[in-house]
Order: sequence, then C-alpha cells, then structure tokens
Amino acid sequence: MTGRAERIGLLALPGLSFLAVIYALPLFMLLLKSVQIDGQFSIAEYIAFFSDSYNLSVLWRTLRVALLTTGLALIIAYPTAIIMARAKGFWLSVFLVAMVLPMSVGVVVKAFAWTILFRTRGVLNDTLMSLGITDAPIRMLFTETALIIGAANVFLPFMVLPIYAVLRQMDSRLPEAAASLGATPVFRFMNVTLPLSLPGVVAGCAFTFSLAISMYVIPSLIVGERQQTLSMLTARSFLYLRNEALGATISSILLLIAISVVLASSWAANRLGARQ
Amino acid sequence: MTGTDRLGLALSWVIALGCVIFLMLPIVITLAASFTSSAVYTLPPPEWSLRWYQSLERRSGLWEAVTLSLNLAVVSTVISLILGTLAAIAVTRGSFRGREAIATFTVSPLMMPGLVVGVALLQFFREIGLRDAYVSLLLGHIVITLPFVMRTLLASMAAFDFSLVDAARTLGLSYPRAILQVLVPNLAPAYLTGGLFAFLASMDNYPISIFLTDARNKTLPIKMLQYLEEQPDPSLAAISSGLILLACIVLVIGSRTVGLNRMIQG
Repeated sequence: MTGRAERIGLLALPGLSFLAVIYALPLFMLLLKSVQIDGQFSIAEYIAFFSDSYNLSVLWRTLRVALLTTGLALIIAYPTAIIMARAKGFWLSVFLVAMVLPMSVGVVVKAFAWTILFRTRGVLNDTLMSLGITDAPIRMLFTETALIIGAANVFLPFMVLPIYAVLRQMDSRLPEAAASLGATPVFRFMNVTLPLSLPGVVAGCAFTFSLAISMYVIPSLIVGERQQTLSMLTARSFLYLRNEALGATISSILLLIAISVVLASSWAANRLGARQ
Repeated sequence: MTGTDRLGLALSWVIALGCVIFLMLPIVITLAASFTSSAVYTLPPPEWSLRWYQSLERRSGLWEAVTLSLNLAVVSTVISLILGTLAAIAVTRGSFRGREAIATFTVSPLMMPGLVVGVALLQFFREIGLRDAYVSLLLGHIVITLPFVMRTLLASMAAFDFSLVDAARTLGLSYPRAILQVLVPNLAPAYLTGGLFAFLASMDNYPISIFLTDARNKTLPIKMLQYLEEQPDPSLAAISSGLILLACIVLVIGSRTVGLNRMIQG
C-alpha cells in the first residue's frame, strides 16, 4: 500500500488541469496583455486609464457603491444573524427559507423586480403617496441609492449566513456566564459576542464586497448606462466600443481589487484565528 | 434580563423581521406583477389574468433559450460533480504538499469577478481558435459550477470516515466501485446541495455567458435582458415567475432530503 497516498493525489489532476487551462491561464494572459503594447512591456494603458478623470470617477463610484452596499448589508445582517442563531422551530424555518429561497432565485429576476419597485409610477411611490409622505412621485430608478438598496438585497444572504454560522457555534452560555459575573449588556456584547462573531463578519464583508465590486446585471438594470461602474465600462469597451485594450486594463484592475480582497480577508481571518 | 437586554432584543427582532420582508419583497412583487391583466406594471394588478403567461408562446427564441440554459446547467453540473469528486478525494486523502492551496484555488472562481473571467475566456478561446459557441459556453459554465461543488464536497469529505472505503475494498470492490457504492451514497446530501446550487448558478449566469454567445446560442438570462431592452412588458415577470417556481422546487427537494440548515452550510 506504500505510495497510495501519493497516487491518490493524481485524482486531482483532471479538475486541476481543467481550471489551470480554462481559468487561471486566461486570467494570467489577460493580466499580461494589460501590461503589453505590441509585445513590449508597457504600463501606458494604466497611465492613460488613471489620468482620465471620467475613469477615476467610475472607479470611485464603483468602490463607493460596493462599500455602502457592504455597510448596509452588515447593518441589516448582524442583528438578523443574532436572532437567527437563537431561533428554534418555526421561526428558524422562516429565517432559513428567507435566506435560501432568495439565494436560489437568480440575480436577473431580483434586479428586474427592483426596477418594477423603483419605477416612478411604481409600488414604492404609490405607497408613499397614499401614505401622504410625498405629494409627487420621487425619482428612484437610475439613482445610486436605489442601486445600493437593490444590491444589498441581492447580497444580504451572503452576509447573514457566515455570521449566523459562527454565532450558532458559539456557546450560548458564554454571554450568560458573563452576565452572572455582573457584566453589563453593552460590555457583554463588546467583549464576548462581537469578538467571537468577527470571523463571520470578515467572511461576510469580504464576500459581499467582492460581489458588489464586480456586479454587472444589477447596475445595468437599476441605474443604466448613465452611471457607469467598472464592470459596465469593461462590458461596454468589449461589446460596443471594441476597445479591447481599455477593456483588458479595466478588467485587470477589477481582478487585482478582487484578489486583494481575498488576500486581505484571509489575512484577517488568520489574525483572528491566531488570537483566539 | 435587564431593560437594556430587552430593548436590544426587541430592536434585533424588528430588524430581523424587516430583513425577512426585505428579502422576500422582490419575489412577491414579481409573482404579483406576472398575474396582471394590464399592459404595464401596476401593483396591485387592476385584475388578475394569465394573459402574460399565454403571451410567452409568442416570444421568439424563448424556448430555445430555456433548453440551452437547462442543457448547459445539467451538463456542466454533472461534469463538475465528477471532476470535483476526484479532486476532493485527492485533497482530503492525499499526502502531497500544497493541498490547502489546491482547495483554495478550486473554490476561488466564486470570488473572482464573473465579467473578468468572461473577458479572459473570450480572448483565450479566440487565441486558440475555438469558435463553437456551445463548447465555449459549456467550458465557461464548468468554471462557474465547479467551485460550488468543490466547496460542499471538501467540507463533507473532511468529516467522512474513509475507512468505510477501505473496508469495501477489503471485501473485494475495486477502488472506483468502492467510491461509487460507498462514498457517493454516504455523501448524498453534499452532492445534492452542491449540485443544486451549481445548477442554479449556471442557470442564472449572465456576466460570463454574454462574452461566449453567438446569435444562435443565447442563454435564458441573456434573452431576458434582451427582451427587457426591446419589449419590457409583464411577460418578463411571467418568465421570472417560472424561475421562482424552479427555485421553490429546489428548496422543497433540499429541505425534504437534507434539511434547510444543512443546505446553507455548503
């Protein structure tokens, strides 16, 4: 039986070589292409990208929208995960269905539903007007606020579930023990629940942020062409402008942001793991 | 319980219930909008009607898009399950170095911008002269589905007792048979959840597919966005409702067989 453990490693070859050729290599070639002009090394495309104020505004909007989306999702998700972790029976099922069903429904369907909601003569405005909150319909579709609400809605389960998973594993007697030792609720939360839930928060934020930075369908439906994001600019330069050099540069920037988020979150997760 | 405790708990419940409503809102809106008798989206509908479902017959190319999407989702998920099983066994049971890195690498497409993967594949396929849109789409969709499968299989194999496989081999089964007859049935829940989420991710994908289609091979999400530009009537809500029904079926299968709590651990 010697060497079987080594031979078992060979089973990874089909899947690994598939991903190496049809995923890693194309991404590497894309990165390579973005620093080459006519076969020569050059960062001219990057310099051109960063010296254009329109591109910078798109980059800044993309980062801002992704950050605000992550923040909004976290504010809603954290209390929800706490309640979910304590819930049992009927209520637990309600929360689980509310997470799994929207996760199973595609982004296209949900983004489209938000355009129905945000229409000037849509459900939201009708409700606001009948409640007397506003007299005239408010323009909601094509605004950044609408985009952040829609995106937070789509990515919310990816924020709730990692936090829920760590809170569920946490020994519920810990906060009780702290309470019996006289810790105030605020002290208990800050020193017991919050530190223990941090790995889940880091995972949820990293996942939500990397989804939000690269989302394409949601902004194209909710804000349209007038307010571009990096993904929309990439798609446009490939599909309509036929400016592949620009497209390769922008997608490389997106790729580098995504890789840094992955590295930063695994670094943070390791730090948190080492501390506990 | 102190007053602060109760206040915090009450506030958390309010947010949690708000979160449930917020999450369900797009689904409820889509279903309601699809049964309208009106030609525009008015909610609640002035009268209930099935006219937009009947109008789907006249949508050109819809049926082709549905069958192409189903075809891609099923074939890519099956291939991913096979590749994923082999790779996950290697990572769990192998003794070579870099197993952790392999695990991270195989799950990493989940965190990469889909659009960038699509662009990269478009240029790569052009470079190697691959012109067949179906093959390009299929290869792209395996990149989409494989990480979902790997994530659940890696998690469940870490907890699987491989001495069962060894026992089956002692009883005379070959290694492939032992895997098929012992490991796969034991990990059925992981196969089901990983497979279902992979299937749904493929059905829903737009950012990778858009770069790999041609005029004759359009997946359902691409077709839907095209309809939305050309003729955005409530028949789109009817198509969406069909996809919601599909998600509900997946949810029922998942909760009946593996339970909701296990589904989300994937």
